[in-house]
Amino acid sequence: MSAADTTTAKTPPPPRPTPSSGARGGTAPGGGRAPRDRRPKLSGATPWALLAPCLLVLIAVLGYPMARLVTLSFQQFGQSQLWGFKDAQWVGLANFKAVLTDSMFWAVVLRTIVFAAGAVILTMVIGMLLALLLQRVSGWVKTLINIALVASWGMPIIVATTVFKWLFDSDYGVLNAVLSKLPGVHLVGHNWFASGPQGLAVIMLLVIWGAVPFVVITLSAGLTQVPKELEEAARLDGSGAWGVFRYVTLPILKPIIVMLTTLSVIWDMGVFPQVFVMRGGHPEDQFQLLTTWSYKQAFQVNDYSQGSAIALITVLLMLGVVAVYMRQMLKIGEVE
Amino acid sequence: MSATTPAANATPPAKGAALARQRRRKTRIGWNAVGVLVFLIVGFPVYWMVNTAFKPAKDAIDPDPSLLPTGFTLDNFHRALQIADFWGPVTRSLIVSVTVVLVGIVVGMLAALAISRFAFRGRKVVIVAILAVQMVPLVAMIIPVFLLLNDLGQYDKLSGLIITYLTFILPFTVWTLRGFIVNIPKELEEAAQVDGCTRTGAFIRVVFPLLAPGLVATSVYGFIQAWNEYLYALMLMSQKHQTATVWLANFTTKHGTEYAPMMAGSTMMAVPVVILFLFVQRKMAAGLTAGAVKG
Repeated sequence: MSAADTTTAKTPPPPRPTPSSGARGGTAPGGGRAPRDRRPKLSGATPWALLAPCLLVLIAVLGYPMARLVTLSFQQFGQSQLWGFKDAQWVGLANFKAVLTDSMFWAVVLRTIVFAAGAVILTMVIGMLLALLLQRVSGWVKTLINIALVASWGMPIIVATTVFKWLFDSDYGVLNAVLSKLPGVHLVGHNWFASGPQGLAVIMLLVIWGAVPFVVITLSAGLTQVPKELEEAARLDGSGAWGVFRYVTLPILKPIIVMLTTLSVIWDMGVFPQVFVMRGGHPEDQFQLLTTWSYKQAFQVNDYSQGSAIALITVLLMLGVVAVYMRQMLKIGEVE
Repeated sequence: MSATTPAANATPPAKGAALARQRRRKTRIGWNAVGVLVFLIVGFPVYWMVNTAFKPAKDAIDPDPSLLPTGFTLDNFHRALQIADFWGPVTRSLIVSVTVVLVGIVVGMLAALAISRFAFRGRKVVIVAILAVQMVPLVAMIIPVFLLLNDLGQYDKLSGLIITYLTFILPFTVWTLRGFIVNIPKELEEAAQVDGCTRTGAFIRVVFPLLAPGLVATSVYGFIQAWNEYLYALMLMSQKHQTATVWLANFTTKHGTEYAPMMAGSTMMAVPVVILFLFVQRKMAAGLTAGAVKG
């Protein structure tokens, strides 16, 4: 490192270099791809030396398995291959054919999409409402809500899941007892997990409870950026509260909302421990989401290749959302 | 929805202001009531966990439970510690999380420096790659990671778990630290260099002290991530070497479901994490929008 810093220290920092120009990844709007003759002098090996350990770990434990995930899904890989009795065999698209022709699989896909969509929409709407509410309450109420939010945000997912299991317990759960006190409601001994949709609704509630705080805190930070003058001007021009929100607040918050939504989609498509632990390690068929389904195929049916195929399909399903997120991130990266 | 309305503008200023203020106070009380309700609902699961943990066991299985605390006992904690080995899993979780954070923060800081302070060919590709890696759903990777560690003889070894967690926390560590570094003016470093520091010296004397709070926050966050992880801990470690989260999830299967001790176990696991979290959340919230962590 010392050799490098003597060389780099002398070169004056390039005038806000445009390192984007010419780089392959990303579609930088400004960075034309025409090669320029006079590039700012680039620092040599130092950055790569600094990056090396990080990249090494990522490639070894994430890059390689990622490639393996793809190859696995085109192979036959079961228990005997795991123990090394047999070599993995290439089977072409057989795994995908088996997965895609399974009617159970399509039910799982549909369920996952409905679950994720419901969780994301509710998280965003509730998060937005709470962020707006935080602006309107007194200081001490704000503090109270913030404490509750941070506590639920910080709760380990496993702990949150066991707590919800307890809240919704059919015999001694507090929720059944309290709801039954309402006139006309008889929920004593009600088993919330007897049917898939109801059980998944409870799990969705758990996911939302854990996800809302991040959304609220981020949106609250964003709301402080909305210029008061703009709101005032809109109000003077006669817009009501909804108008101000729709035409002033929302457009300003849009980048944050896009980011939060894409993140939520990615997280909610990947929900696993909540379902897995809530159903005691063996989710019933009507509770299966893509993640648990892939897990089941791999580790309970011992068909690692079919499990991989399902995982790969899940990743592909999410690619569109990831692309939106990345574009947004790069836009922000450009500003700095 | 809000207090100021066109009507307030039409009335003479003094009277209008008084009216508006009164009106505002009224709506403020309404919003506060809603706020308190939200606090109660959002906070209830946490409250109920702690409440059950300290409840005498017989009150915990009351079909018509009292919403207020009914007594105070530590029995549930004793029971939780008895049911299965508690300190073993906790020690393992601590070893894993601390190692992951220490290694992760060093490796991550070097990488963050590279992408924030150097201009080099391929910088953008690296940034895109790190962001993309962060988006990989970890659940999807469990099969190949399991097979990889199995091949390397790292199944059921803490080292295998450590290196796996390292890849989980590195992308966001790099990304958030980059955010912190970018906010430190370059001119400070340059001034130090003009005064005769080497680049490394300038970093150690100028950037590092300014970066310290960011490093602490990022470390704590990484620690929490590693501490809370469940799926990989479940798959990569045998029952004998389970970590804290797996210990808690196993609670149910041991002797039916003993909820009161389970809530005691949950409290023991959650309270330290939540407290740590309270300290860093303000600093992290900003970085997280960029960093995308909790999943």
